[in-house]
Amino acid sequence: MRKILIANRGEIALRIINTCHEMGIETVAVYSEADKDSLFVKKATYAFCIGEAPVSKSYLKTDVILEIAKKEEVDGIHPGYGFNSENADFARAVKEAGITFIGPDPETIELMGDKIVSRRTMMAAGVPVVPGSEEGASTFEEASRLAELMGYPVMLKASGGGGGIGMVRCENEQALAKSYESTKARAKAYFGSEEVFIEKYIENARHVEVQIFGDHHGQIVHLFERDCSIQRRHQKVVEESPSPFLSEDGKRKMFETAFQAASAVNYKNAGTIEFIVDEKENFYFLEMNTRLQVEHPVTEQITGLDLVKWQILVARGEKLPLLQTDIRSSGHSIEFRLYAEDPKSFLPSPGKIELFEWNSFHGVRVDPGYESGSIVTPYYDPMIAKCIIHGETREDAITKASKFFNELKIEGIKTNALLFNEVLKDPEFQKGNYSTSFLTQKSFTKN
Amino acid sequence: MKEIISSMAGTVLNVMVEAGDVVTVGQEVCMLESMKMEIPVESQGAGKVMGIKVNIGDFVNEGDVLVVLE
Repeated sequence: MRKILIANRGEIALRIINTCHEMGIETVAVYSEADKDSLFVKKATYAFCIGEAPVSKSYLKTDVILEIAKKEEVDGIHPGYGFNSENADFARAVKEAGITFIGPDPETIELMGDKIVSRRTMMAAGVPVVPGSEEGASTFEEASRLAELMGYPVMLKASGGGGGIGMVRCENEQALAKSYESTKARAKAYFGSEEVFIEKYIENARHVEVQIFGDHHGQIVHLFERDCSIQRRHQKVVEESPSPFLSEDGKRKMFETAFQAASAVNYKNAGTIEFIVDEKENFYFLEMNTRLQVEHPVTEQITGLDLVKWQILVARGEKLPLLQTDIRSSGHSIEFRLYAEDPKSFLPSPGKIELFEWNSFHGVRVDPGYESGSIVTPYYDPMIAKCIIHGETREDAITKASKFFNELKIEGIKTNALLFNEVLKDPEFQKGNYSTSFLTQKSFTKN
Repeated sequence: MKEIISSMAGTVLNVMVEAGDVVTVGQEVCMLESMKMEIPVESQGAGKVMGIKVNIGDFVNEGDVLVVLE
């Protein structure tokens, strides 16, 4: 590949551009009017404005993106995460235009995009799934009957959902009744399908995922786990590897299961199998993300590999660069998602970043989407940058992260940097003793 | 006549009132989606709803009129 178009924005577009340039590949950025002064636009070899700020008028416009890709004669399109990354129709349209889609087959994206179908596929492959409804719950009566059967609390979820949007925990029938219609309406508004289903709610759960990689020669490997249990609104804020909670035996079982899940769909390119884990280390398949994850740098820090480079190599038909036995994990990595938001209420806080500076030292990696003087607009995800810290041990990584956030200078808008200071000081976090309800239970946040 | 305006740019996810409804100050009248989160818009005034200026799925900017009160 000589030229790649990046159908994304912000930090991930910049991160992909950097690897392409290291590999001697030219890059084409596409951007909305709101992003015209962005870092990724400046860094790309070529950049084209594709429309107005709302995503439906720019980043989701497949026809406009493909037109530029063809005119620029690119060899591949990298979708990043979000936007069109898990849209099978987009992947198919790219393929039909004679361009390589840097990701899995459209059929795999389609299969894993529907939560009910993906659950069924995984069950058939012998992968444990969260106890739940095998079909959508199309009426409240049905939902209520299913919930009664598996016992409250339950999670009510949108079949086409993702990104933590469109799911509600229901304590009892009254709560289910209250949320049923609104969850359906929300599912329709966000994902275009009002289908919802029910899953057993797992108490004190952890969210642990396994990075997997497949090539076009039938080889599949895993690249260890990431513990993503620190969340707000079901969206990840802190991710780390190794998991401070799972035993070696638990990890081994999880890697085997992830391998089984990836093999069942003949997976190609980068993917993630998400599991929910209970207090006894029983784990259940939650969903499969058929794309590069936001938190992939955690895996890059412990393995010393460049996952975007692997994606490009695999997309152009090469074999995976390493065998499973050659992939090693070293030290401990923690990622913090720096958001433009109030650190207590988590409400978004767009505006101009007057100053954004940090001290870089050994083990610190920052993947920024913005710089001093940038404006965080209200049109997209409020993530400003990812701060990824590597240490020889977890304690070392925590010490370095505390130093990093104490020295971080970010002014002009509210950010959740203060929250990270609190999390890093928290005795339970330091012990690695936390579940997905960590942030909602802490006094330094208000919900 | 009073107007309820949008506090932020975002997509209209839900409109919780209809023409003819009587709303009070602080009542949630619309739900917007912005920056991957749901943001409720509260009525800045009290009165009878005369008209709804947006549809579900519309993109609105900060300051756009959502609902008109009598």
